Amino acid sequence: MSTANPFSENAEHLRRRHLKGALLAGLAFLAILLAMIVLVTLLIDVFLDGLPWLRPQLFTNFPSRFPEKAGLRSALQGSFWLMILTALMAIPVGIASAIYLEEYAPQTALTRWIEINISNLAGVPSIIYGLLGLGLFVRGLGLGRSLLAGALTMSLLILPIIIVASREALRAVPRSLREAAIALGATPWQVIRDHALQYAMPGILTGIILAMSRAVGETAPLITIGALTYIAFDLRGPLDIFTVLPIQIFNWVSLPQKDFQRLAAAGIIVLLGFTLLMNALAIFLRNRLRQRW
Amino acid sequence: MTSLIHDLPARRARSTDTFVRGVLFIVSLISILTTIGIVFVLLRETLYFFSEVSLAQFFLDTRWTPLFASRRFGIWPLVNGTLLVSFIALLVALPLGLLAAIFMSEYASPGVRGWLKPILEVLAGIPTVVYGYFALTFITPWLQKIFPQAQIFNALSAGLVMGFMILPLVASLSEDAIASVPYSLREAAYSLGATRWETVTQVLIPAAFSGITAAFILAFSRAVGETMIVAIAAGQQPKLTLNVLESIETMTAYIVQVSLGDTPQQSLAFYTIFAVGMMLFLMTLIMNLISYYVARRVREVYQ
Repeated sequence: MSTANPFSENAEHLRRRHLKGALLAGLAFLAILLAMIVLVTLLIDVFLDGLPWLRPQLFTNFPSRFPEKAGLRSALQGSFWLMILTALMAIPVGIASAIYLEEYAPQTALTRWIEINISNLAGVPSIIYGLLGLGLFVRGLGLGRSLLAGALTMSLLILPIIIVASREALRAVPRSLREAAIALGATPWQVIRDHALQYAMPGILTGIILAMSRAVGETAPLITIGALTYIAFDLRGPLDIFTVLPIQIFNWVSLPQKDFQRLAAAGIIVLLGFTLLMNALAIFLRNRLRQRW
Repeated sequence: MTSLIHDLPARRARSTDTFVRGVLFIVSLISILTTIGIVFVLLRETLYFFSEVSLAQFFLDTRWTPLFASRRFGIWPLVNGTLLVSFIALLVALPLGLLAAIFMSEYASPGVRGWLKPILEVLAGIPTVVYGYFALTFITPWLQKIFPQAQIFNALSAGLVMGFMILPLVASLSEDAIASVPYSLREAAYSLGATRWETVTQVLIPAAFSGITAAFILAFSRAVGETMIVAIAAGQQPKLTLNVLESIETMTAYIVQVSLGDTPQQSLAFYTIFAVGMMLFLMTLIMNLISYYVARRVREVYQ
């Protein structure tokens, strides 16, 4: 009787352990693959449905009861000006808050409170911001269902995103850079304005782009403050009633006629064009940034 | 004399610094004012609502029909709808997201990671109204082929698609948690002869448990607050049911329904959206705070 290899059982055991590992690693890969398949399916589905409806009149016509005449004119105007107003309010406030918290704020209870508060605000459902806007801007300040009320609401919504991204960018500024400026006699504000902000700008910009791409696709808070779905005239000013791209899409999806759903798909192609372009720009900026430093 | 002249720009720079600091401080209070504003608006309108409708009518009734002639204000059908869709979404997002995180942090080469992460970010960056369209016009017809009794609006379709919407959040937060486990722990496991998968399941996941838990809770909170997918694909029928093939209504979808409808802004029916909003805010707030503290604990352990 030959002597059994004392390690044979171990080798068999080890092989089984590795096999199990490989199996589960394959499963993990499948999870990623599935996410990608869903993404691709979604894109193909939208393009197949919407591409034939992506015609010039989609951009130049107002909404209509007849799908072949309906367009996104008022929605595009609304989205464009909403973006401009939101950016004008949210970007300066966001960067200023980030500078204070990252560069000036003493380690006090109030500072910690502001920080917990911001991280919590980032997790508040967007529709709650809509209720805030309805109570505060639409009714409280008497702005009505106006573009300005919408922009104010949207600014509060994206503020935490801009603050968090700007803080991270400021935190990544090398100490040596600051110390060199301080050694030359610069005040804290001079260090921030002339050096830290310059260095952090690409990172801050990335955050701003991501925040704006979020704002262009947000629907729920604007529905809650009372943005309309049917507007058949050009936007006249910040106090005018308005609609935006995702609300128009939502409206078309909700209609029973098949043609309106295809029109919605065409609108989605336009919307995705905007958001994906902005996302790509943000990713590109960040990757360039990583290589340079 | 000359020294005074030379000091002037420096003095001005210092007073500018004090001034800027003050302005920045005041601006940074806007975020606190936002929270106060949310609580104030919700509280004021909710208190008005509860001066007309008793707490018992809100919490002890099982029917939600504030827009009908026979008005009933039981919140549970809306909570039921919200939780039903959220659980379906979590059943998709948690296992897939965690597996994706493990793959990205422990298996993928830097090159593969370099293009996997942007793809997940694209998935996260798609507006939710687009996911709603996808659920209603693609997933639902497909579900109806498998389950002929599925209604056009149903919880399953909305939940499945919502799962893929929050998957990137779970994946990216879990990956951060796993990646922040000190390298020495991995080395110790490998030196004891553990395979890569054993290292993941028996060392890294237990070590990153708090961070992963925080990610899961945050994903749950996100699912509860998600609006457009359910407003488009899950229906407008508040009911107490566990049947995922039926039309239901979530809290968020109800707020959208009233906002779009012709309910007069001064009517009691309109004030229901603030009471529902308050309930939603409290649910997500509690989950966000738990997640925040759980995530902070792990960071302290490894400092």
